[in-house]
Amino acid sequence: MGSALLFLTVYLIYPILNTAYISFLGRSSKEFAGLGNYWYVFTNTDMLGALKNNLLWLVLFTSITVSLGIAIAVLTDRVRYEAAAKALVFLPMAISFVAASVIWRFMFEFRPAGMDQIGLMNALLSNLLGFKPVAWLVNTRVNNFALIGVGIWVWTGFSTVILSAGLKGIPVEILEAARIDGASEWRIFWRIILPMMRTTILVVATTMVIIVLKVFDIVYVMTNGNLGTEVIANRMYKEMFNYHHFGRASAIAIILLLAVIPVIVFNIRRFRAQEAAQ
Amino acid sequence: MAKVVIENLSKYFDRVEAVKNFELEIDDKEFVVLVGPSGCGKSTTLRCVAGLEEMTAGEIHIGDQMVNDLPPRDRNIAMVFQDYALYPHMSVYQNMAFGLKLRKYAKAEINQRVREAAEILGIEELLNRKPRELSGGQRQRVAVGRAIVRKPSVFLFDEPLSNLDAKLRVQMRAELSKLHQQLQTTIIYVTHDQVEAMTMGTKIVIMKDGEIQQVGTPMEVYEYPVNLFVGGFIGSPAMNFIPAKIISKDSELSVDAGSFELVIPSEKEQYLQGKINEEVIFGIRPEDMQDKSFAEKSIQGGSIQAVVEVVEPLGSEVQLFVISGEHSLVARVDPRTQARLSEGIKLVLNMDKIHIFEKEPPHFRVKTEERP
Repeated sequence: MGSALLFLTVYLIYPILNTAYISFLGRSSKEFAGLGNYWYVFTNTDMLGALKNNLLWLVLFTSITVSLGIAIAVLTDRVRYEAAAKALVFLPMAISFVAASVIWRFMFEFRPAGMDQIGLMNALLSNLLGFKPVAWLVNTRVNNFALIGVGIWVWTGFSTVILSAGLKGIPVEILEAARIDGASEWRIFWRIILPMMRTTILVVATTMVIIVLKVFDIVYVMTNGNLGTEVIANRMYKEMFNYHHFGRASAIAIILLLAVIPVIVFNIRRFRAQEAAQ
Repeated sequence: MAKVVIENLSKYFDRVEAVKNFELEIDDKEFVVLVGPSGCGKSTTLRCVAGLEEMTAGEIHIGDQMVNDLPPRDRNIAMVFQDYALYPHMSVYQNMAFGLKLRKYAKAEINQRVREAAEILGIEELLNRKPRELSGGQRQRVAVGRAIVRKPSVFLFDEPLSNLDAKLRVQMRAELSKLHQQLQTTIIYVTHDQVEAMTMGTKIVIMKDGEIQQVGTPMEVYEYPVNLFVGGFIGSPAMNFIPAKIISKDSELSVDAGSFELVIPSEKEQYLQGKINEEVIFGIRPEDMQDKSFAEKSIQGGSIQAVVEVVEPLGSEVQLFVISGEHSLVARVDPRTQARLSEGIKLVLNMDKIHIFEKEPPHFRVKTEERP
């Protein structure tokens, strides 16, 4: 107990408290800055853009990874090549995000119309469908969606595997009972499977929320936050390592921490409730 | 309310034959029990009737309709599962109403039917609870309730009592029998427990290795088992089997079991003439072996000498595990018996109730009487 507490203090509590302390100091942690750094976070246009983008990530990334995960879990549950299909979807998880980002930079590669398209997306778009090629990572109307798409590509496998395990936890007899009761497969999905997977869905969704709040590598590698694709974590990195502003970087870190806490508390509570129910 | 006809049903799982040429006619309002050891194909048969399993060959008719190609929901059946299969996220009321809602019944009608079923089953005060807040017995009732609100033409029960404790099982057994009388609906009931089969069924179907062994009323299959398997499966403790030989001596037929010889009653002799000097298996039920001191005088029997190995007093009777020669036997004797461990006892066997089975598989029963 004593040593565990000591370890936690040194390893977790102290860094958090020290970061919180630094977040109230100036650029080089020499002078007191009050709430200045926090004021900056919520007023600076770059920061506001990052917050807005993170919100977009939060909504799209979470909802799509979860619903895609459910769809793949349910559909593969009925086929013989289930294991292979799920392994394929899970595969991106085995690649580092930096590598995934490099791969997708190639996928999104843009050459002006008339030139040979070497990126798969534009090759399909212009050669197969006859549209003009799109500068996926430059065009500010689509670049955020392109990045989110990469995130979804990486994380859907994780969501699928967890949700699939949840789906397998539903006793076959219950589905059979519903079939005899007169439910169509569609009804069974909405009225039986989804409600019974609620806990698992919440676990995956909250995990995705935490991941999305921390999203960094994909943005860093593909656009480095330029052209309106900035996100909070990338902003924190820049404040720290490009501009050497310790105070602002710490303030952003603390805000991220505060944003994650309610999600974690929610997760722990639900976990406890579930333990108690068993 | 419907007749069920199963014609030549076969079911393969890949190359494993789970059910072979299953033929059965079930009359309207009958309570049919499919019974047999695990893996005998009884549940598979039931699931074929339900439409949860596709059959490999054969036809199933419910009422006047051939249902082979109908999905479960169109077969007008209801099923009660072993693990109850209640919807955990719905209240008891919602569980029972689910099927009716799907069939677009009016709210008032649903409400009335659910309350009616709840009353029959004595679960009115549980309607707002979730399944996890119920005991095993209560869940069982809800599962039955969910089946009866639909007023289906056939009820299917798949080992519904096997998760209940012994006392509750006895109680639910009686309740299900009562329910059958009340509802007057055809029931097909699957169990591995021969006591359930005997006590509840109006007709018993005994299965083994995917094949029907015998169909009959409980007393028919008990008194006239068609083969050794049925003889041993029905009845508890099981029938005693003794390898023996039919011999003819002094113009009488006897069973020669090595350590003892028993004279066969004269009215059975005519049936056994063809078996003289043949090896057979001699069967006798434990209750047909009595302590000689307390046996009814009217019993037409032969006595044997045995040594007591175990004495199990059950109150109304005593179960004796004895050894006679090389044969281990079980007898259910009068509670006044003076049998002591390791001591000798004289047992009298009721020779009117003997069973003779052929030595060769499938060990058919040799006819020894005219059935009433």
